[in-house]
Amino acid sequence: MAARPEERKAPWLDAKAQPYIRIEGITKKFGEFVAVNDVSLNIYRGEIFCLLGGSGCGKTTLLRMLAGFEQPSAGRIFIDGVSMEGVPPYERPVNMMFQSYALFPHMTVEQNVAFGLKQEKLPREEIESRVADMLGIVKLGGMEKRKPHQLSGGQRQRVALARSLVKRPKLLLLDEPLGALDKKLREHTQFELVNIQERLGVTFIVVTHDQEEAMTLASRIGVMNQGYIVQVGTPHEIYEFPNSRFVTEFIGNVNMFEGRIVEDEPDHVTISSDELGGPLYVGHGVSAAPEAQVWAAVRPEKMILSREQPSFEYNRASGVIKEIAYMGDASIYLVLLDSGKTVRITQPNTYRHADDRLTWDDRVWVSWDESSSVVVTE
Amino acid sequence: MANPSYLALGTRIISGIDKLLSTVIASSPYRWSSGIVRRAGLTGRTLVIAVPWIWLLLFFLIPFVIVLKISFAETRWLGSPPYTPLLEWVSGQYLQIKLSVGNYLFLLSDSLYAKAFLSSVKVAAVSTIICLLIGYPMAYAIARAESKWRNTLLLLIILPFWTSFLLRVYAWMGLLSNRGVINQVLMALGFEPIVMLQTDFAMYIGIVYSYLPFMILPLYSNLEKHDLTLLEAAVDLGSRPFKAFLSITLPLSKPGVIAGSMLVFIPAVGEFVIPRLLGGTDSLMIGRVLWDEYFLNRNWPVASAVAIALLLVLVIPIMIFQRYQAQEAAGAMKS
Repeated sequence: MAARPEERKAPWLDAKAQPYIRIEGITKKFGEFVAVNDVSLNIYRGEIFCLLGGSGCGKTTLLRMLAGFEQPSAGRIFIDGVSMEGVPPYERPVNMMFQSYALFPHMTVEQNVAFGLKQEKLPREEIESRVADMLGIVKLGGMEKRKPHQLSGGQRQRVALARSLVKRPKLLLLDEPLGALDKKLREHTQFELVNIQERLGVTFIVVTHDQEEAMTLASRIGVMNQGYIVQVGTPHEIYEFPNSRFVTEFIGNVNMFEGRIVEDEPDHVTISSDELGGPLYVGHGVSAAPEAQVWAAVRPEKMILSREQPSFEYNRASGVIKEIAYMGDASIYLVLLDSGKTVRITQPNTYRHADDRLTWDDRVWVSWDESSSVVVTE
Repeated sequence: MANPSYLALGTRIISGIDKLLSTVIASSPYRWSSGIVRRAGLTGRTLVIAVPWIWLLLFFLIPFVIVLKISFAETRWLGSPPYTPLLEWVSGQYLQIKLSVGNYLFLLSDSLYAKAFLSSVKVAAVSTIICLLIGYPMAYAIARAESKWRNTLLLLIILPFWTSFLLRVYAWMGLLSNRGVINQVLMALGFEPIVMLQTDFAMYIGIVYSYLPFMILPLYSNLEKHDLTLLEAAVDLGSRPFKAFLSITLPLSKPGVIAGSMLVFIPAVGEFVIPRLLGGTDSLMIGRVLWDEYFLNRNWPVASAVAIALLLVLVIPIMIFQRYQAQEAAGAMKS
């Protein structure tokens, strides 16, 4: 897949670019409970920004404050330079696609999509042509007269999308947009969603707990935990340069080695780790105090399995293969290291026939390149 | 009244009886007979379903057939019963069937009946509309109240049923009569007393008061099930909250409105006690005509014909309408 336009232009790196949506120090309290804690974000025109986090992390509350269903306890929201303070949901240039889709059961597909335009009291011909255009974009031509209960899950999702896009909002909020679809349909739909977004140029904010969904949709991801935004970055940055143990473990699979910095140089550090049973070498500087407790994180696909002992005396450990999960394109190995820790390694199945295939209870060496690990301190 | 928890309880009891019966049938002393029982179609399920069927047969269908039979008889002014028999052995040899349609023709010839019927329909329709106007906001408020309050509020709606209906109507007489509580208060404040009892006003108060719970309960059970994100979606799409109510909540509550209106309208048409006790002497209600025919004129055949005509003219269109609505509602609520 070619790089998406967002990745090519990256307005968040341009100091002169004006953010389209500005969230300034938003806090939301429910009684004593702080659902959203001092969140500030700049989101640029045409982005697909994903708020990613587990349940109860505050992502949905943040979304509802953008839609106007909840009032922030503190902080301000600007959309295209206009403060949203005191603006009711029906006057905001924002539309939302609900997780349950919230289609009106007593209206046809056409009436559902036209509902928002009728509220604007547009002339009938304009409503009809815009509804027809939008139904064409989401490929629902011919379904105009159906009622929601006569549609499949995927079709309902597209009606919901059409209904929220037909008003040409400045900002579209999507609450778990693919959550109710089965796996095959999700993959198809997420590409379609990105295509439609690029065609219409609407800014999307997507809430999801599914990191895969966030990775494939997002231009940038904001990872949330307990009401805070813990990291903001492109999917690549979030995956390869997580800034904390939480983000590292939340996104994808990872092997963590707890240890202490023993050698701290500007171009490299070494870490001693009992969990690995040997020293680690990291090929870049780390901003942590000497002797500080750190975690080195290595992704399963960046580890190498071999029968021979690697020559480099860092970043290696021997162990025994305990489990193998064959996935077709790759296999997952669970290796019990001599230190007692189990690590997870993914190896692509490059060859159809392997004479020397690794199997259960084989003794192997696990190793990785000096640039592969990420060091986090908290 | 479709309280879901009672329904659930009902199904549980039925499935419990079903299980019990099947255990009994399967147990050894009965096993020999289970083949016969099953061949006769007497499973636990059919036995359970038979109970309401027998009930309806005994207490609805048979009386209805008797009334139907009497409506085709002729009045017999002396003797008991006060109508001619339908079937008679003539000189002990052959069976004679005598069907008289004269009672029905009489209903058409005397405009009293048509007038009474129309005025009953009018009173019932006005009462239904008033019940709807009062009951809808009440049902809505209960359905949107905090869940811990809902059962208490519902209980308050049902509470009057614990007292006799007649007592409550008499209580209204005490309130509305010329020297009643309301007029006493008015006079104490220096106002002229108002004649309220034995007017249409008092009759409407009585009917609306008595039938209001039948409007509120089906409306509540409908409104309580609504998905509130639909309203959020409407507001999000630019609709003001009150307009969202009109375009989403109101049409979706249509089955509840219809059910409640039926439950008020149908019995109100035939209402006899309230117009008699609270209404004026000139209030012409078909229920009252029916009563007078039976007990004052002792004209059972005409009274039966009135009852049957009422049923045909009123209930059959309503049944057809309701059937059509149920089909539509089943489609609309399914998503």
